[in-house]
Amino acid sequence: MVLRGPRTAAATLLADLVVTAVISLVIFGVMVGLRTETIPGGLKLVPRWSAALGLAAMVVAGRLMLHLIWWNRKPGARSAWSPAGMMPDWARNLKLSGRFVRPATLIFALVLPFLPFTDRYILDLSILVLTYVMLGWGLNIVVGLAGLLDLGYVAFYAVGAYSYALLAHYFGWSFWLCLPVSGILAAFWGIILGFPVLRLRGDYLAIVTLAFGEIIRIVLLNWYWFTGGPDGISGIPRPDFFGIVGFERGPGGFADTFGIEYSSLHRIVFLYFLILALALLTNFVTIRLRRLPIGRAWEALREDEIACRSLGLNTTTVKLSAFATGALFAGFAGAFFATRQGFISPESFTFTESALVLAIVVLGGMGSQMGVVIASVALIGGFEVFREFEQYRMLIFGLAMVLIMIWRPRGLIAGREPSIFFRTRKTISGALVSQGEGH
Amino acid sequence: MNAPALLSVSQVETFYGRIQALRGVSLDVHEGEIVTLIGANGAGKSTLMMTICGSPQARSGQILYRGHDITRTPTHQIMHMGIAQSPEGRRIFGRMTVMENLRIGASVADPSHFDRDIERAFALFPLLKERRNQRGGTLSGGEQQMLAIARALMAQPRLLLLDEPSLGLAPLVIKQIFGAIRELNATQGLTVFLVEQNAHHALRLAHRGYVMVNGKITMTGTGVELLGREEIRAAYLEGGVH
Repeated sequence: MVLRGPRTAAATLLADLVVTAVISLVIFGVMVGLRTETIPGGLKLVPRWSAALGLAAMVVAGRLMLHLIWWNRKPGARSAWSPAGMMPDWARNLKLSGRFVRPATLIFALVLPFLPFTDRYILDLSILVLTYVMLGWGLNIVVGLAGLLDLGYVAFYAVGAYSYALLAHYFGWSFWLCLPVSGILAAFWGIILGFPVLRLRGDYLAIVTLAFGEIIRIVLLNWYWFTGGPDGISGIPRPDFFGIVGFERGPGGFADTFGIEYSSLHRIVFLYFLILALALLTNFVTIRLRRLPIGRAWEALREDEIACRSLGLNTTTVKLSAFATGALFAGFAGAFFATRQGFISPESFTFTESALVLAIVVLGGMGSQMGVVIASVALIGGFEVFREFEQYRMLIFGLAMVLIMIWRPRGLIAGREPSIFFRTRKTISGALVSQGEGH
Repeated sequence: MNAPALLSVSQVETFYGRIQALRGVSLDVHEGEIVTLIGANGAGKSTLMMTICGSPQARSGQILYRGHDITRTPTHQIMHMGIAQSPEGRRIFGRMTVMENLRIGASVADPSHFDRDIERAFALFPLLKERRNQRGGTLSGGEQQMLAIARALMAQPRLLLLDEPSLGLAPLVIKQIFGAIRELNATQGLTVFLVEQNAHHALRLAHRGYVMVNGKITMTGTGVELLGREEIRAAYLEGGVH
């Protein structure tokens, strides 16, 4: 099927998928959804609707992928770079489906805790993935938008985590008070880092930020009487339900107050929604900022610093604001991390973490919000899937990275959406975007 | 001309480390004029342009703009005072669209005039209107130069500084761009300070010109005067006429 105009194509695609869904539901509903079991005196029907639904969903998803990638490839389309079709076909269709993918991902994230197959393990994993999504989105401001290569991003994550842990430990401040304070403290440290590196770019900036990340970790490690050094801080208070009730069992707890049956999952589900809200806040702020003068200034800074200055932009403020905004969200994420774990130590904030978050941003496509989500799911989920092959995990991870960088050298989603448009919004193909310095 | 100059550079000396690039340069640009500075490669033309913009700052001497001393003013503040620059090598934002480039150019301007200004820029360079949603890096060299000038104009300047707008462009495109500069000056009274290697075109366009050699101003006069001088013809024009 060849897709024509965007509207008709989307409608046709949707209709086709609905038909697919109905057919597969009928087939699987009967064949898989109902199972017969022998019982004394005859047969009994055992419904297995979730299995049937899962199969149908897989068929629909498979058909969607076939539509987007396989059936839609025109002969020679891969190498045809006509001005009219600057993107390869499948990338354009991916863009087209982007209109559905984004809301669909959001809805999926919202209903995930209530799906029948969701258990404690899946929730924990999702919280972890969302933490990295949030960190990726935060780093995307610094690296993707402002073009400042930051290899020590985890330092701000650590500042956020330790801010909450120490404030709770020494002063007994609550999580809801500490959350903004952690963000502000991290942003403050972002500015502290920003000042010495104002004149640096590229490799030199990367080295200094890398060192900064290590300095923070080593200070935390050696400041024994205050931070507990390598022993870390334990007994960090768990968050309560917006300061109203806690999640403990018994009278006065969350379950008791709201008249529902107690479950240890309530706290986890709450944590899940908390990190989802924080991540979405990061995303929302980034999207808004990109359309404001400050966001445009960040992108202009990435493109050409001298031109920025010659147009009257104060590059000092532009850089510091990028560092501070990126660090702010890392601080939020850090406070969340501390309250979720209940225990933190400098071991959680090694360079590997910085590298992982940076890998998520680069792999997803610098500056692309959806790319960060896909890369986080792939990387963090991938780690979990290959947990059994403990020794080979990093090998597979490295191999996958190399392959992706060969096929999609500018990240999974390499296009850049203009922040201002005259009549139609047009994504700028990653294929025409230069790597590294944008000239 | 007895009125105080819009821009007045006097005895400016600029250094890169220990190397002196400008040796006591003085020149004036009056309101409504097109003034050009010509000279060979490495004479210090661009250095003077950058010194006016405060990056690098002059070690000694004085730069007055509308009577204010801007010698030690930070670059971004100078750009808020009604001076706009189209830098050497164009330096447009390659991954951003034409519209976004223009929007950043308007950073220092009154935002309520954006629509009017952008229409004016598109009227001056209709090609840019066609390409408004295109990424800056995909434009041709001439279009990029037009974009660089239009971007500078978005700041609503009183004084426009142009650094080698003809660099690497085809003769026909140079003509088009110089025509646009003349039009800006004639219809809107915009003051232009033009640094050029292409002496022939620059002197024909400008009201007055200065010649720079090794960081010093060696000659000055009206454009026509300088065009007629034997030394100028020998040094900058012979064999270089397009």
